[in-house]
Formats: sequence, C-alpha cells, structure tokens
Amino acid sequence: MGKYYDKLMEDVRFVEGISACINCGTCTAICPAASFYNYDPRSIADTVQTRDDAQIEALLKGEQIWYCGECMSCKTRCPRGNTVGLIICALRSLSQDLGFFVESEKGRQQLAVKRTVGQWILDHGYCLYMEGVGTDMHPEQGPVWDWIQKNWTPLFERMGANYKGDGPGILRKIPEETMEELREIFRVTGGMERYEKIEEFSKKKAGEMGLAFDDTNQCEYFSNVYKYNNHKHECR
Amino acid sequence: MIQEGKQQLWKDYQKEIADDRYFYVRSCVRQNFFPGSETTFLRIMREELGKDVFEHPCHTTCTGIAYHGDVVPLDTAMTVVARQFAMMTEAGYENLVPSCITSFGLYTEILETWHHFPEVEARVREYLYKATKRDFNIPKNLAHASDVVFKFRKEIAAKGPYRLVNKETGKPLKVVEHIGCHYAKMFPHKGVGGAEYPYVLVGMIEEWGGEVVDYPERRHCCGFGFRQFLVQANRGYSMSCSHKKFESMEPYEPDMILTNCPGCPMFLDRWQYAIGEMEGKTFGKNGQGIPVFTYEEVAGLVLGYNPWDLGLQMHQVDCEPILDKMGIPYDPKDKYRGKHGNEMGIPVQPEILKAL
Repeated sequence: MGKYYDKLMEDVRFVEGISACINCGTCTAICPAASFYNYDPRSIADTVQTRDDAQIEALLKGEQIWYCGECMSCKTRCPRGNTVGLIICALRSLSQDLGFFVESEKGRQQLAVKRTVGQWILDHGYCLYMEGVGTDMHPEQGPVWDWIQKNWTPLFERMGANYKGDGPGILRKIPEETMEELREIFRVTGGMERYEKIEEFSKKKAGEMGLAFDDTNQCEYFSNVYKYNNHKHECR
Repeated sequence: MIQEGKQQLWKDYQKEIADDRYFYVRSCVRQNFFPGSETTFLRIMREELGKDVFEHPCHTTCTGIAYHGDVVPLDTAMTVVARQFAMMTEAGYENLVPSCITSFGLYTEILETWHHFPEVEARVREYLYKATKRDFNIPKNLAHASDVVFKFRKEIAAKGPYRLVNKETGKPLKVVEHIGCHYAKMFPHKGVGGAEYPYVLVGMIEEWGGEVVDYPERRHCCGFGFRQFLVQANRGYSMSCSHKKFESMEPYEPDMILTNCPGCPMFLDRWQYAIGEMEGKTFGKNGQGIPVFTYEEVAGLVLGYNPWDLGLQMHQVDCEPILDKMGIPYDPKDKYRGKHGNEMGIPVQPEILKAL
C-alpha cells in the first residue's frame, strides 16, 4: 500500500467512506459542488482507491478536495453506501497535517476559517460570534444586518437573549472554567496542534508569496486568502 | 408521485421521539441570526405544553461548523460533544435535543461511529477524563428540536387560533419546505420520513392547514457548504445553490418557505436580497421576495404570538404578506422597537428587493 493511503486508513471517516467504488458517477450527478465547480467526486473516490502515492499527493496539494461543501448528499444516493464527503474530510485533515494545503488557492483559505469560526470557539465558546462582524465581511447580509448590528443589545434583549450574561440563555457568557475545559480538550486531542500548524505553514507560504503576515485579520495574506479568486475553479 | 407509495415510505422511517425531560443544547448560528426562534421553542415547550426542558449554562458549541470547515479534528469534535453528554448526565437527563441541524448530524455521526468503532468511544472517554475529569452516559434519545415540534404539532394546532390558510380565499397557503442536509442525508433512519421524503416539516404544514408544494430541486442544498460560505471568495457556490432552488420553486408561486436548519433560512432569506442587487431578479410577487421562516416562527404565528417577539423583523425579506394572508394583527410601529418600547430606527430599504 502507499504511505498516504495508509495514513488515510487511520481515519475512521475514510474507512467508512469508501468500499470498492464502482465508478457509476451517481455522487457526481447529485453533488451541488459538481454543478458549480470543475469538480468530480467520482474521480476523487477512484483516485484514492488506486492507493497511488503520486496521485494522492496531487489531490492533497491541489484545488479539488476543497470544492466539496460536505452536505453529504453523496451518501444518500450511492448504491455502495460510500460517502465521498467523508473521504474529503480525511483528505483535508491529512493535507493540513502535512502542510500541503498551502499549495493550492482554495487550501490556503484554511487560515481564514481557522481565524474566524475556529478562533471564536476558543475566545467565546461559540462557532459564530457575529456582533461586530459587519457587511464589510458579509455584504450579502444586506441592510437589515446593518440595522441589527447597530441595535444589537436592545434587539437581542427583545428576543429574550441573555447576551453576555451569567446563567443559561442565548449568547450567554460562557463561564471561564468552561472555556478552560474547552481549551484543554483542544490541547489533549490535537485541536490546538492543528491550529498551530495552519498558522505555521501559512506564515511560511506568505513569505514565499511575498505577502505581509501577522496575527490580525487585516494583514495582506489573510485578505488574499479570504477574498482572492482566480475564477478558474467554476464551471463555464 | 403515487401518494400511497410515498406514505408507505414515510411509515418505514418513523423515529422515536422522547415525550418529556429534554436536555436542550443551543445552536451557534441560530443564537446570532434567529434568537427569537430558540426563545419561542422554549416558550412553547414550557408554557404551552408544560414540558421539562433544561439548559445547562456550561454547555458550549459542539464545534460543528468549524469541524465541517475542517479546522477542528474529529477527535476534538468528538470530545467536545462527549462533554455535552457529560453535562446532560450530570444534570440527570437522558433525552438530548439539539437546536442545530449541524449539531444533530454531528451527534448522530459520532454515536454511529462509536457503535461501529467502540475503541474510538473508549479513546474519547480517556480524552474527556484527561481534559476535564468528567464521564458521561450516551443519550437514550436524540431528537432534533424540529422532531419535537413535529411530535406535538397536533397540540400546537389545537391551541392555536391561526392557520396556514388565506383568510380571504379560504385556501391553504402554498408552502415549500427545505430540510437541512445533515438532518437525514447521512443517516436516513434518524430522520422522520428519511432523506428522500422527510416528513418532519410536511407534517407540521399539513397539520397547521397549509399545502405542501413539491418542486424539482426540493432536496438540493441551500448552499452553506461551510467553507463555501465562510470564505468570501467562495460565496458564489453558496449563492448559486440557493439561486437554483429559487428558480425551481418560482413557477409554483409559493407563499412561503419553511426550514428546519439554522443556516438555511438565513441563506434563503439573504440571497434573495443579494440576487436582487446583482441581477435585478426577485422571486416573489410584485418585486417582493418569498418570505422564509423557521418552524418555531410558524408555530408561534399559529399560536398567536406577537410577530415581532418571534424576530420576524430580523429577516431581510418582509414577512407581513404572510401575516396579512393568515389574518394576524400586528403593529407596524412595534416592528422596530425594543423590549421597553424604545425606538431603534429602521433599516435602509434594498434597492431592488421590494419592501412593503
């Protein structure tokens, strides 16, 4: 077996995700990503089951594995019960562990995901913490979002929230002891190590690309990975 | 579609939903975008139905959005979820009810993984003990909050003064439903009605007097796609998925869209604004959008709750057309007031998507 295939087999999602794909293409037919990107989940399953290191390394360093939306529609219809979405989860994990993710435009975006939803978990105990995140980062939210942001505290009071309060309730303050437990879970289980690797490999790549890099979301590299699209990914 | 065949399929996918004593875990997305829906769920469960729903102040995110954004490793996500189970166990509850579909899908995936790989469960128990000194029992019953509202849909209908019926014509409102992908696409037997013909929202619509409208892209994803929305450069994916759904449902002239997932109502609401601005295209009547609702919002309307306490003013697509059709009285001036009557100003109106 190839070394990358062996690594993938250590991930239960990969073990559950593929069992002798018959290349019927049903996953590609149902896949929302395949209707938008130049993406073919059938070929992902086909490539990994070759167990060929060169082909799998190309996947790990390429754009394809980042096109999936992990909606898992592929699971519902596959006649073999395979799930390309789970194979993708395993490939993305391995790509980040090995630092290969920075070799693709879409892979480099992991820094933006880490510094937004990833960091909000460690800072607030929530995946999303949207006060102050305005229509500059999310223009699609529209003028109602500007109004919500402007009236956040009185509006959330009317909605019955316990915003930043003690005890239970919507957007309550997560107690510091709980936050410390959460951070300790990240330390013990490899979550912190994953975050550190994303930062470390991103910083190195920023140097190679000649883009300024610091720990803010305003730096040149963050702005690049968050906004840049070469428009060669989409179906035409 | 042959109706008898459809009904047989639904019968094959019934799930057990606990009757009382729920341990409720909140949704990160909904707390930010639809806080009124979670408040309404608890109000209905506790005040209308007299159920015991407990929320532990020390529960946290399940990490689901970041897990599916692939920055949080599986072991980390499983251990955070194990901690939620520990909270439930310590509080003396056995029935877990997540508000979030991503959470529900993640909990389901984890429990299935542990069932097939017991050594993984053992490893997670060691991780949790090492990090927190806690232990846990596996929930006896796992049901999404929409499952619970589905279970009590008849009681809600019996108590509610309003129906999903046009008061002028007497005809049922035409409703398209959208089920969150992670409700049942991964594990069809864990959802009411399965993945192909989910019944969880259909049951509510039918019981509350509406007419379910089928349309070709009914099961297509709303387009969240986690990293596909979270990163600005990828949002074309997200918008195109919703666009595909709107084009597919438009010929059927639905009165409203009903959803059971945290992100879906936000995307289906906001993308109507963005598509309007980008293409000059709207999908409702008279240049308006198609109003989008959560199931709690609609349950609240059926029960006669003040629409502005439900949070309908936080939608970009105005919901008043549905209130008018259902004959629900409302004070337009109250829409933009705070809890104590304080004025909060009004949002700027979109250029294309018509407001009232």
